[in-house]
Amino acid sequence: MSDRSPAIENPWQHLRQLTPARIALGRAGTSLPTAAQLDFQLAHAQARDAVHLALDTDALAAQLEAQGHRCLHLHSAAPDRHTYLQRPDLGRRLSDESAERLGDHARQQQMGYDLAIVIADGLSALAVQRHALPLLQRITEQIEKDGWRLAPVCLVEQGRVALGDEVGEALRARMVVVLLGERPGLSSPDSLGLYFTYAPKRGRTDAERNCISNVRLEGLSYNLAAHRLVHLMREACRRQLSGVSLKDEADMPSLPGDAAKAGNFLLG
Amino acid sequence: MGYSHNAGGTTWRFDDLREVMAKASPARSGDLLAGVAAGSDVERVAAQMCLAEVPLGRFLDEALIPYEGDEVTRLILDSHDAAAFAPVSHLTVGDFRNWLLGDEADGPALAALAPGLTPEMVAAVSKLMRVQDLILVAQKVRVVTRFRNTIGLAGRMSTRLQPNHPTDDGAGIAASILDGLLYGNGDAVIGINPATDSTAGICELLKMLDAVIGRYEIPTQACVLTHVTTSIEAIARGAPVDLVFQSIAGTEEANASFGISLATLQEGYEAGLSQKRGTLGDNLMYFETGQGSALSANAHHGVDQQTCEARAYAVARRFKPLLVNTVVGFIGPEYLYNGKQIIRAGLEDHFCGKLLGVPMGCDICYTNHAEADQDDMDVLLTLLGTAGINFIMGIPGSDDVMLNYQTTSFHDALYVRQVLGLRPAPEFEDWLAKMEILRQDGNRLQLGRELPEPFRRALEQLA
Repeated sequence: MSDRSPAIENPWQHLRQLTPARIALGRAGTSLPTAAQLDFQLAHAQARDAVHLALDTDALAAQLEAQGHRCLHLHSAAPDRHTYLQRPDLGRRLSDESAERLGDHARQQQMGYDLAIVIADGLSALAVQRHALPLLQRITEQIEKDGWRLAPVCLVEQGRVALGDEVGEALRARMVVVLLGERPGLSSPDSLGLYFTYAPKRGRTDAERNCISNVRLEGLSYNLAAHRLVHLMREACRRQLSGVSLKDEADMPSLPGDAAKAGNFLLG
Repeated sequence: MGYSHNAGGTTWRFDDLREVMAKASPARSGDLLAGVAAGSDVERVAAQMCLAEVPLGRFLDEALIPYEGDEVTRLILDSHDAAAFAPVSHLTVGDFRNWLLGDEADGPALAALAPGLTPEMVAAVSKLMRVQDLILVAQKVRVVTRFRNTIGLAGRMSTRLQPNHPTDDGAGIAASILDGLLYGNGDAVIGINPATDSTAGICELLKMLDAVIGRYEIPTQACVLTHVTTSIEAIARGAPVDLVFQSIAGTEEANASFGISLATLQEGYEAGLSQKRGTLGDNLMYFETGQGSALSANAHHGVDQQTCEARAYAVARRFKPLLVNTVVGFIGPEYLYNGKQIIRAGLEDHFCGKLLGVPMGCDICYTNHAEADQDDMDVLLTLLGTAGINFIMGIPGSDDVMLNYQTTSFHDALYVRQVLGLRPAPEFEDWLAKMEILRQDGNRLQLGRELPEPFRRALEQLA
């Protein structure tokens, strides 16, 4: 907006450094100025494109194996993205072929696992490609001393959260964590979510899961997300449950506590 | 009992009222997903014709979800007010529509009727209505609620200021609050969706909102939208809780999937009342709903999603809420596929809620995987403003950077104020004028160009 522009600027533009939210956009009359309106349209177009990007499971598996993980490739019962978007029931269960492959693996194991990790595309393969690997690394570092028996990492295409329950149950895992791409936002096409269930089995409800959302560079850090998850897992093992009864009470001085007090100029 | 209707030379048969209702529903992806939708357009209209002939009283005898197995059905039937129902008890669903559109059904008559209506009755009649009917009837009903201001008066529309931040950062939240206030938003509530569900983090946010409202003497209320059990815990820890929030649905099983029951809500309501923080009234529950939530929890019992949604308003009205918000486009394309379906659902929800006596607002929204865009939201916003919606959301630039969806912006509310002349809650309107933020004269808006003095001083600390 130049001096000659009929759009009106807001005198609090410097607050933009405090938040990724679209504040101090100015106004044309009382409406959005043209530049802000077009910025929004571009972001929406990028998010729409992120929804339809396919997950490159081969590349991800190669990276995981290079880090010493074993992998299992699985596919949900939703054959393609179009079906996935309209049929969440299909995204919540494995295809017959994948269920069989998982069953074969489980039968070869004499005992179950403590922890199964599922990585699924969800609504943003971009989030998985960017964040799943580094986050998984932090998690495995932090649980090293727990001595838990880990299942092979399951990579699932066209997967939804509840599919983790079927995978965990088939693997006879005591706990399952699903890492999956969240709905792309305008400012965050690459946000990763973590969903944790103790004693996974088909038919578990959302109330029996714990969620840690918004893992990305501008959001929740890998370290903090891993810290909260590991705290939840240890508590879950102690109390033998997960979900709303298991509150997230991890000691996290930076979220939000001190920041809420120290940085809040409205209360200075 | 079976139902049948002749239409287009065919006799269409329906096993029960539940099936008539589902097949009479205007098309939407969630009912298709559930396998309850009409198989063809003609079957849908045949079901609507069949439904039009059903006496309203039939809904008191034939529960769509059995009384014995569902506490929401028990709540609906046990709290039904037969005396209030009397003026329309002789009507069929079709004639109920005719009655609603007539002069006899004015504001006072509809307010008196509300306790006599069940969610199934209002859902049924909505299925026979076009968009203009849903607007015309809803705008006759006012549901007014009070905590620290007055929401829902004629000629007014309030906004929830939604200052979400991806990591609950205090300064980031404050920046969005200031932006919203300076665009005249925030009279319904200043409400944060927290990124954390840690009770300690929630308590910090509550203290911060309380301090901001106190410092600047803003006639509004605060809410951190967390699970009702967390709010109860926060109250026990001495945190300042104005509004108690919870997502609710229309079946016992769906509510169980949210980790709640009517008893849990009662406990939250009583904990809120014990705070005595309202100055003008004690409406203090804030509920959110949305078509598809029961099906999403596989707890719909073969009932169509719009009827399940209306049943959630029966849950809401028991607790005399300040705000009930249908988050219409949040759930995604598997329930409401595109702009057309979202627009109709938003108007249905508003209509059903208002007829049941619930203070309806709407989160006019969509996600990036739905076939919808800003134009669709403008249409729904304009229609709901015309229909007399109590409140909408206000967020910086329509972009929720925490929940990853698009809802109405601070600017959008000002658009509605201009074209429809709708003003904020009176107490908040006075505050905006006193602070020299916004003055409204009919359809003419005057926004201040300078920062109000108290906020200018706050910003100087950042320099």
